[in-house]
Amino acid sequence: MRFRIWSLFLLLAFSATLSGADWRQFRGPRSNGAADEANVPTALNASNSIAWKINLPGRGLSSPIIVGDRVFVTCSSGLNQQRLHVICFNAADGAKLWERQFWATGRTMCHEKISVAAPTPASDGEHVVAIFSSNDIVCLDLEGNLIWFRGLGRDYPNANNSLGMAASLLIVGGVVLAQVESDSEAFTAGLELTTGLNRWKLPRTRGANWTSPVVLKASGLELVALQSSQGIAAIDPATGKSVWNYTNNTSVTPSSTLNGSTLLVPSQGLTALEFGSGDATPKQLWRSGQLRPGTPSPTVLAGRVFALNDGGVLTCGDAATGDRLWQLRLKGPFSASPVVAGKFLYCVNEKGLAQVVDTTKPEGEVVSELDLGETVLSTPSIAHGAIYFRSDGRLWKIGKS
Amino acid sequence: MLKKLILPTLIVASGVGVALAGPTKEIAGPVQTLRAIGPEGLGNAAAAAAWKELAAGPATTLVPLLGAMDGANDYTLNWLRAAVDAIAGRELAAGHPLPLLQLKQFLQQTEHNPRARRLAFELVVGAEPATTDLLLAGMLNDPSLELRRDAVQKLIDQADQALARTNLIVAAPLLQSALRSARDVAQIEDIAGKLQGLGQPVDLQKHFGFLSEWKVIGPFDNTENKGFETAYPPELKIDLAAEYDGKQGKIRWQDYITQHKYGMVDMNRPCGKLKEVTAYATTDFYSERARPVELRLGGKNSWKVWFNGQLLFAHDEYHANQEIDQYLMPAQLRPGRNTILVKVCQNELVKDWTEEWEFQLRVTDALGTPIASTSPPRSADPGNPAGKQATKN
Repeated sequence: MRFRIWSLFLLLAFSATLSGADWRQFRGPRSNGAADEANVPTALNASNSIAWKINLPGRGLSSPIIVGDRVFVTCSSGLNQQRLHVICFNAADGAKLWERQFWATGRTMCHEKISVAAPTPASDGEHVVAIFSSNDIVCLDLEGNLIWFRGLGRDYPNANNSLGMAASLLIVGGVVLAQVESDSEAFTAGLELTTGLNRWKLPRTRGANWTSPVVLKASGLELVALQSSQGIAAIDPATGKSVWNYTNNTSVTPSSTLNGSTLLVPSQGLTALEFGSGDATPKQLWRSGQLRPGTPSPTVLAGRVFALNDGGVLTCGDAATGDRLWQLRLKGPFSASPVVAGKFLYCVNEKGLAQVVDTTKPEGEVVSELDLGETVLSTPSIAHGAIYFRSDGRLWKIGKS
Repeated sequence: MLKKLILPTLIVASGVGVALAGPTKEIAGPVQTLRAIGPEGLGNAAAAAAWKELAAGPATTLVPLLGAMDGANDYTLNWLRAAVDAIAGRELAAGHPLPLLQLKQFLQQTEHNPRARRLAFELVVGAEPATTDLLLAGMLNDPSLELRRDAVQKLIDQADQALARTNLIVAAPLLQSALRSARDVAQIEDIAGKLQGLGQPVDLQKHFGFLSEWKVIGPFDNTENKGFETAYPPELKIDLAAEYDGKQGKIRWQDYITQHKYGMVDMNRPCGKLKEVTAYATTDFYSERARPVELRLGGKNSWKVWFNGQLLFAHDEYHANQEIDQYLMPAQLRPGRNTILVKVCQNELVKDWTEEWEFQLRVTDALGTPIASTSPPRSADPGNPAGKQATKN
């Protein structure tokens, strides 16, 4: 009986600590920047808002991912950024639990503004899979045990561009999707989560591409949308086979955003594709030239879509019609994508100024700011009542310690 | 000098055995599994269990694991490195000491894998930060690029301190010494800049060893970028006396000597500022002996490189980014004459930043030390007087 009471107590304590949800991939559970929780700090400038701040051993603009009580971050350091780091921190106090380092097998050349640790890792709750601009992929369990290593940069040395690679990973149904697309060679690989072996390798139209794949769920069907300058290719993640295609000029920087059974594609401004009928070719709901995301990917909240351009103009549109509702000028410039929780939008500019926007105000309103004091290009992450920011040198947790 | 002598003396005096490298019996099985890993995940399935077994090992396996990196491929190196990280992290967290003397001895044995030695260095200085300077003191010419880079940086820092005191007599020789040892491109440029400020300019083209004398021919057609895959006559046979139909008429090989600081071979000069074109450059490289080398190319245009008639690598990308040693291509020099052929393409874009139609190339060892041709290239041969009318950049 004593054991049961203690178990119950521990369970409740754990639940209280981990209220909210994990953030296991780039732009959260649905790859749209939206958190499944509302209890996230909004007064970022409060005196005790920063739970902890820690130094990182290398550069990076990948987002942190959070699995339970652990935060995982990737970095690159050393000569030509050839040292690749995967680090696990305790979410409660920022203590480092473990770190693994690897040597890049592929080319690490990239634009000086970005870094080799540009793509965000992904987790299924049991594994953490990290990819770097060198196309090296590492799969570890949550305790830091190495499950597999793949040097896609060595296996396929031409699939690399000289500005750097940035597509983040997805894990779907036991398959790790790595979108590796450059001018010289392009493919998307479906790797077995347990071994890293190729389950399939899909040739793609050659062209530099920094967008990340998005999972589409409709009518019991789970597809993955691969974006490129050609449009959107929806594939079956189990086989890599094409299911439908949307063909139109599409951006290769901001990624598409999921809004229920609609995919908001950065194409001709923003184009809404309804894919609700599963494997049938999607229906174009609307197209808006007024909703035009820059580097940051769009996000959605309560029937609205938000597009942020590089200069800092935030445009709010009706997600059902694409009509522009209002615009708000934030302090830019921006590279990081906005994320949302509750009724608030969290945007951090390149100077490290985080800005919280109350989206329910008639024209939107910035309700708090926090100056992190250094360059931030990374998209924030939200999990278990906290928001995480990272720069080249530091990781912040804003929320309860 | 005193510092150089101290460390080896300490190690020898400690009585540490010399047979440190290579896997011990206990770890031989799992190490063999990791060393069997190959491309495309070959061997991954078995490797996870082997890795777990190694990672659970005691600190005494650290040096044998580092020794197991000798001759390992890049995939295996990473598996072994992660095991070393796991063991060291666990032991340090538990307050247990690492086998520092053995690690130091491994570090001093320069025949081991450079990355393994660097890892040994980091484990040592992580535990004994005060030993950093002592360890680096003898590493100015180390085969590990990372160790050498740190040793060179110490000299640069000392020179900076002397410069801050306007003590040029001390600074200049420090910088000259640093320049002789430096292989990291950024460090070389940093040192050269400082020496330039002291009135001692560095001939960077010569220092990096960029190949400067070429024969070039073009333009051939590259409409819709199809020229990249089109095998024009120079790809089939290098005939320096031949005349071909180019994109704009008859074309012949021309001599080209680059005087560009970084050895750029600019095809706009012999061919004109054209679009949707491709051209070739060839040179001979002489060696007294067979040896492995790297051909190191930099450029913003699509390119292909053949070495002694064999395609080494090709990359089809335009106007993205350029840096020295952007692409490293291992090759094997043969004694006597070796032939290098470069194809460089220009696309249809017309903006100012798409004008470049050029490449740079050098031959080095694996560390980046330039290797010079042992005989004058073809354009300077007495039997080839055309060199006198060479296009100069």
